[in-house]
Amino acid sequence: MASGEIENSDYQQKRWHNIRKLLERSGPFCHPDFEPSAEILDYIMNSCKVLIVGAGGLGCELLKDLALMGFKKLHVVDMDTIELSNLNRQFLFRKNDIGLSKAKCAVEFVNKRIPGCEAIAHHCPIQDLDDGFYRQFHIVVCGLDSIVARRWLNGMLMSLLQYNDDRSLDQSSVIPLVDGGTEGFKGNARVILPGMSACIECTLDLYPPQKTFPLCTIANTPRLPEHCVEYVKVLQWCKENPWGPNTGLDGDDPQHVAWVHEKAQERAMKYGIANVTYQLTQGVLKNIIPAVASTNAAIAAACATEVFKLASSCCANMNNYMVLNMSDGVYSYTFSAEKRLECVACSNTTRVLEIEPDATLQVIYDKLCEDNGYLMKSPGITTVINGRNKTLYMASIKSIEEKTKDNLKRRITELGLYNGVDLLVADVTTPNTITIKLKFSDSIDIDMSR
Amino acid sequence: MIKLFSLKQQKKDEEGSARAGGSQKKASAAQLRITKDLNELNLPKTCSTEFPDPDDLLNFKLIICPDEGFYRGGRFVFSFKVGPNYPHEPPKVKCETSVYHPNIDLEGNVCLNILREDWKPVLTVNSIVYGLQYLFLEPNPEDPLNKEAADELQSNRRLFEQHVQRAMRGGYVGTSYFERCLK
Repeated sequence: MASGEIENSDYQQKRWHNIRKLLERSGPFCHPDFEPSAEILDYIMNSCKVLIVGAGGLGCELLKDLALMGFKKLHVVDMDTIELSNLNRQFLFRKNDIGLSKAKCAVEFVNKRIPGCEAIAHHCPIQDLDDGFYRQFHIVVCGLDSIVARRWLNGMLMSLLQYNDDRSLDQSSVIPLVDGGTEGFKGNARVILPGMSACIECTLDLYPPQKTFPLCTIANTPRLPEHCVEYVKVLQWCKENPWGPNTGLDGDDPQHVAWVHEKAQERAMKYGIANVTYQLTQGVLKNIIPAVASTNAAIAAACATEVFKLASSCCANMNNYMVLNMSDGVYSYTFSAEKRLECVACSNTTRVLEIEPDATLQVIYDKLCEDNGYLMKSPGITTVINGRNKTLYMASIKSIEEKTKDNLKRRITELGLYNGVDLLVADVTTPNTITIKLKFSDSIDIDMSR
Repeated sequence: MIKLFSLKQQKKDEEGSARAGGSQKKASAAQLRITKDLNELNLPKTCSTEFPDPDDLLNFKLIICPDEGFYRGGRFVFSFKVGPNYPHEPPKVKCETSVYHPNIDLEGNVCLNILREDWKPVLTVNSIVYGLQYLFLEPNPEDPLNKEAADELQSNRRLFEQHVQRAMRGGYVGTSYFERCLK
């Protein structure tokens, strides 16, 4: 399309015709507080910053969907590079792109294809980006294949929450998280308002456990081809160490997979088990569940719709967890996952403890045991300084108690604690480890956002 | 529903987002949870823990010295590695002491249901400690990892007991050598 056309107001009129119907008119399904206005489209196009986490099966769909809806300020983060096996469904990539960054290729493709889109790529792990980066976004949407990464992102968004003096949540610090996930013909989409609705950690037990077999079955009574592969993976590899004791099994290394395949076949032969194929071996080693393009498309569409609703306030959001199962007919169900009061991530509202800067750790310990707000029994106190965990004092574990009891006599500044540092305190009196921010009593200013 | 963004304050303060120079790394959910687990660890008198680095709560050793049963008088060391996905995934536990036991093989792999197929996030380090202690009190020949030992326990209890004693004193059982692990 020629660039002249983009400026053409007739084209612009047509291009946003359908979106405008949603944003500039009221209707029976609108949210009661919704005020139709032409400004909303301007907000979506020119102000609303959305972070897309993951540029794989879901990520490609999400990027395409959001860009076509009019979102321009899109950022994409993904640490992976493109592989041949991605190309059947990750449609923003071509054969020539194999080996290149997913985030960069996806962004380049969409920016070229969709006029006006200004997406920006970040080719790195999500953990490499700091709170300043995440704070700039209005909405985060993710299509990840890892629970660890989801939990990390969830924790990051929780840590950005700010509370008013009366300990109520400052709603302007809330960055909604729209999370999608797929596995074969099944998928889910959900909307998380950090600090307000159920978060990833609240519903951690909804994730299916990784498929494992009892060790004794693998060792002595294998019946399935999977048992044979697991045997080689769990028991035989570390016994024989075919590439030396320092080389762990790598499911992406074809030589490793071939070795495991061969040994698994030998074992299968011994027990009269058939069908130990190379593909099955790779599948078991890497825990592969075949990805289905249409599941990704449906889940991404649901997520993109939620992002649109959040940005425009035109309709009420999904409340708040949708499951989709297409493995036997098509079934979907939406329910309201409940916030868990004892959730480690979102019930953990930071409390502030005022302390003299020249106090010892003992003073903090005594305050935690004696102050009416705490009345703890035997608090274990740790912290994180420069990204490193540090155990300050823990009485319940003898070997730690011995190594940390001298800390009680030391001044908190000697221990590396500073104004605004977070202490992590565990005690039988609280269902979780709680975060307590130190506030030095001589300092007037404390940055509560950190 | 709340209206999260009023159009008036639509621009996020980008200057502000980079404020205060660097950022403070937050403790992970796994870290928060293990701190809680350990602070409430209630060890039976036969067990103790060792933390080579007290700042690293994710890697430690558990020492079990059974005071009854076949393994009375022995000292068995287990290594615990708690991963970033705890408690969604169980810690990795290995037995570092060579032991003649139906449910522990010669590489130190342990067949305990809650360490693999029956793990649930509500379980804690304490649950595993009790599970491991139970293995020494009631070795389970139905789920063998060391098949030889399991068969022997079922067919000839006396002989099994003798072999356990020999292994704990240091010596050969069959073709396998066991290092001395008496207290």
